[in-house]
Amino acid sequence: MPIRCEIVSQDREVFSGDVDIVVLPGVAGEMGILPNHAPLLTTLNFGVIKVRRGEDEEIFTVAGGVAEVQPDVITILADAAENVEDIDLARAEAARQRAEEMLEEGPPPDMDRYLAIEAALRRSNLRLGAVRRYRKDKKRLSHREAEE
Amino acid sequence: MASARDMRLRIRSVKNISQVTRALEAVSASKVRKAIKAVMGTRPYATKAWQVLIHVAGQPGRTSLHPLLTERADVKNALVVVVSGDRGLAGAYNTNIIRFTLQQFDDYKVPVRYITVGRKGRDLLMRRRKDVIAEFSGLPAAPSFMDVSAIGRMAVDEFLQGKVDEVYLVYTDFVTMATQKPVMKKLLPLEVDSGEERVVTFAHKHKTPAAYIYEPAEDEILDEIIPRFTALQVYQAVLESLASEHAARMVAMRNATDNAIELVAALQLAYNKVRQQTITNDILDIAGGAEALAQSQGQK
Repeated sequence: MPIRCEIVSQDREVFSGDVDIVVLPGVAGEMGILPNHAPLLTTLNFGVIKVRRGEDEEIFTVAGGVAEVQPDVITILADAAENVEDIDLARAEAARQRAEEMLEEGPPPDMDRYLAIEAALRRSNLRLGAVRRYRKDKKRLSHREAEE
Repeated sequence: MASARDMRLRIRSVKNISQVTRALEAVSASKVRKAIKAVMGTRPYATKAWQVLIHVAGQPGRTSLHPLLTERADVKNALVVVVSGDRGLAGAYNTNIIRFTLQQFDDYKVPVRYITVGRKGRDLLMRRRKDVIAEFSGLPAAPSFMDVSAIGRMAVDEFLQGKVDEVYLVYTDFVTMATQKPVMKKLLPLEVDSGEERVVTFAHKHKTPAAYIYEPAEDEILDEIIPRFTALQVYQAVLESLASEHAARMVAMRNATDNAIELVAALQLAYNKVRQQTITNDILDIAGGAEALAQSQGQK
């Protein structure tokens, strides 16, 4: 019996489908959710969500959020989620460089700004790492890297 | 009467204006479509977040409500987030939203502070000496959630620090291309058990109504969800307002184009008359001259 998994971010629906297992980066550690799991609510860390169905596995990066688990459905309210296959490497790399440059210019005047830059840096590092590790279409990866 | 040359210039300039307004109309038409698409994109998250909120708030054995859900007995200050446009030339769009805001809050029972989104709203409220505590303007043409989330965060902070006891959101709801309606919504405290229409009824019945396992504690989870939900409502309001602004501008520009075409027709008619008159005068002159010449030769 499969479990329904729905991943939504604030601006769109990222994934929706029946799956066999979902692995989430919960605050208290990674957790694998199988069908008929007890109701659970958890906040999410930065990390990757793995969604497996039969032999197919899809990987999504997630920059925090909340997940609600019911026996038959998992709802993930993500703050920015992306399928690893769809990440634009060049953009993620540019974002990382921008954030690093800003940090090198010295400490920003206020805490909010600092946290924003740090979050941006963490997001782009997460994206880049996930692509290197999980993207199936390696050819696309090497092609992009050759371009850079 | 103006000279033929002046009129020619006038006709040309009106024609140019009509071309500009026609271009602006086309631009706005495509922007409306994009903004509507963006609004649609936020619906799944809003629906799901609302379901989770209802679930959590409706859990058995909840002793105290979360601060962001608690109605304060003694309301001393209110905060209003007003969404307007950065630019004019959008018909009555900006004035409508400000007039609506003032109707709602000018004689409000408690002092009202404002956060404005959009330059026009800021200017109009400042001119009326309203207490504007923050303004967000120059948002990108297609704002992302990140661009707007600071507004919601600020509202939540003001509320939690006790500086205000109620937060309202005023924006323009996109009804159709021809109709946009200013609306007001209560942002905080969030009313979970109110039977508001925007609430998507939770039809999805789960097999086990058992209590949740919380990780971390339930208040911390609410701490995460409610501010996000608030920010999302602001985001949706901004997108709805954007769609409304572009629709209003489109209609305004279409009217301007129509008026320009009418004006050109009227001017062209007047110009033709002037031209015809000049030609007639010229012919009369020549005919008169020829006549005089003929007469003088006849006398010889």
